[in-house]
Amino acid sequence: MADSSALIDMQNISKVYQMGETKVLALNGVSLSIEEGEYVAIVGTSGSGKSTLMNIIGLLDSPTEGVFQIRGQRANGLTGRQLADLRNREIGFVFQQFNLLARAPAWRQVELPLFYANVARGTARERALEALAQVGLAERADHKPEELSGGQQQRVAIARALVNRPSLLLADEPTGALDTRTGEEVMALFEKLHEEGLTLVIITHDQEIAERAHRVITMRDGVIVSDSDAATATANGFRNGLSRTAPAPLPRPVAIEQDEEKMYEAV
Amino acid sequence: MKLFRYFPVAVDSIAANKMRASLTMLGIIIGVAAVLTILGVGRGASANILDEVASQGTTRLTISPSTESEGEGAGAPVQTLTMGDVRALSDAAFHPDVVEVVPQYGGSIQLVAGSNNKQTRVTGTTADYAEVHRLEMAEGRFLTEDEIAQMSNVIVIGTAVATDLFERTQVVGESVRIDGEPFTVVGVLEESGNAGFGSNDDSGFIPIGVAHGRIFNVPRYRGEYIVTSVSANAVSEERVEAAEGQIEQTLRLRHGLGADDDNDFTISTQASLLDTIGTVTSTLTLLLSSIAAISLVVGGIGIMNIMLVSVTERTKEIGLRKALGAHTSDVLLQFLIESLVLTLLGGLIGIAISYGLALLVQRIPNFPIDLLIGVDALLLAVGVSAGCGLIFGLYPALRATRLDPIEALRYE
Repeated sequence: MADSSALIDMQNISKVYQMGETKVLALNGVSLSIEEGEYVAIVGTSGSGKSTLMNIIGLLDSPTEGVFQIRGQRANGLTGRQLADLRNREIGFVFQQFNLLARAPAWRQVELPLFYANVARGTARERALEALAQVGLAERADHKPEELSGGQQQRVAIARALVNRPSLLLADEPTGALDTRTGEEVMALFEKLHEEGLTLVIITHDQEIAERAHRVITMRDGVIVSDSDAATATANGFRNGLSRTAPAPLPRPVAIEQDEEKMYEAV
Repeated sequence: MKLFRYFPVAVDSIAANKMRASLTMLGIIIGVAAVLTILGVGRGASANILDEVASQGTTRLTISPSTESEGEGAGAPVQTLTMGDVRALSDAAFHPDVVEVVPQYGGSIQLVAGSNNKQTRVTGTTADYAEVHRLEMAEGRFLTEDEIAQMSNVIVIGTAVATDLFERTQVVGESVRIDGEPFTVVGVLEESGNAGFGSNDDSGFIPIGVAHGRIFNVPRYRGEYIVTSVSANAVSEERVEAAEGQIEQTLRLRHGLGADDDNDFTISTQASLLDTIGTVTSTLTLLLSSIAAISLVVGGIGIMNIMLVSVTERTKEIGLRKALGAHTSDVLLQFLIESLVLTLLGGLIGIAISYGLALLVQRIPNFPIDLLIGVDALLLAVGVSAGCGLIFGLYPALRATRLDPIEALRYE
């Protein structure tokens, strides 16, 4: 899997957190490669290391050990400034709680990554409106979050993630704060964007959401316990966006189901 | 320039919390308005006094006897400035830069006209007094050389004296009694308009010989009548110092002062008076402004407090901005510029308030002082409020930059 053409290439990634006296091994030698155009779900319980993995893929965190490459560029040892620029260029984030600015109209929210990319104001506005049109919110460009439904807010957030044309869209529980119907709408939007060529990585504990992905990576105790192989998936033809059939369902350990139930109670 | 792009962000954020922002700005508003107003009052008052002094001529020198006692442990102070000195100083050969040497001997005495009477300051002097002190006449004329020489019973009075004694100011030719002696009024002085510094409204002038010989019981020193002061003019503003030197030399010689003795007289010039007034008013202004400036510091601390609250409240926003690619410098500038906009806005409102006060004061007739706010004070106010924003905004902004984006995004 050490394919240098891969969009994301992780070799033997470990992450150790210092929690007071004790060290916590959040990731323990994870190797993973994601190709351009894939539709990946990362699942796992809390404490499984999936959030840490997401933070590393999203360039918000650096691994303690191992090599992380994005588009063939090593991210290890980059300065905060270089990481910020790389994040701005390569990653589009979608969060569970949308994370919109409270008072700004939609187009301003979407424009934000372009502000940090030093795009001129006029161009930035134009591109923000384009991105809003892409998610079907062209008429709501001047609406503030409080004037939008939850599903619309998440679509604004998706437009914001898309606006700087990132290599990868990283969605953390994107339907977690939505009801089933709007959650379905958001997923449909993701899948439409994927068909148009977007690389999609969704972090979720929702099996139904995970099953829609073409590749499911399951995490537990800081290691990948299963990965519906990318090669198999390719054979199924998903990369061309032709097949809507999900890859073979994974044998899921019973323990995860139990943990998930606990998590739902916690939520 | 990218820097300017943070201003709309800052304005948005301030507009989102208008109430809080205005309360926070209040400290800066009050501070700036107080400092500017006090500076303005100080400047106005000092300009007023300086105008007054300058209108009385900048070439004038005033010689007064020292009040310290002469010799060791002597009882009553001996007054040594006499008419003899005045005559000596009038010799142009030894004092080429001194003109118009005018003796004065004054005291408070009762003037009577019909059934009215008034206690007023009457000064015995010579005809040149009007020139040296730039007196303007409302009625009649000042004392003449002839009247001085002949010691005529004539008097020039101020408007306040005229109205108190006669209930009008056209009183030339009327008679006033001093100590039972009748004096003919030959002139009334122009009203000086302010009751304060250098006003002659409540005074009278008679020939020096009359004051010395008949009205006051004047002691003599070495056979000459003493005077309370002597005024003189220098030939020009540039020659004031030279004139002072010439006068000093003559008086020291005449008073028999040795090389080690101090002067037994004081020569004050308008320039030295202006200096003294300037020093006093600027010291006072500085003192009061410093007190007012304390409120600026308090206002600044208020800004810091609110910015810290704002950073904490917007932890999640900061995390998001970092995730979207904001550099540390972007976050720092965003919050610094927000506090800068807050204090600058407060500063501008403060400036507007003090300007409003200045305009208001101008409209009040006969208000004793103007509020003069100079460009330098304005620049100072803008600079200080901007400085406040940067200094007190720095710590909260640094706090914002130190937030870990992962933690910040998780913050509720």
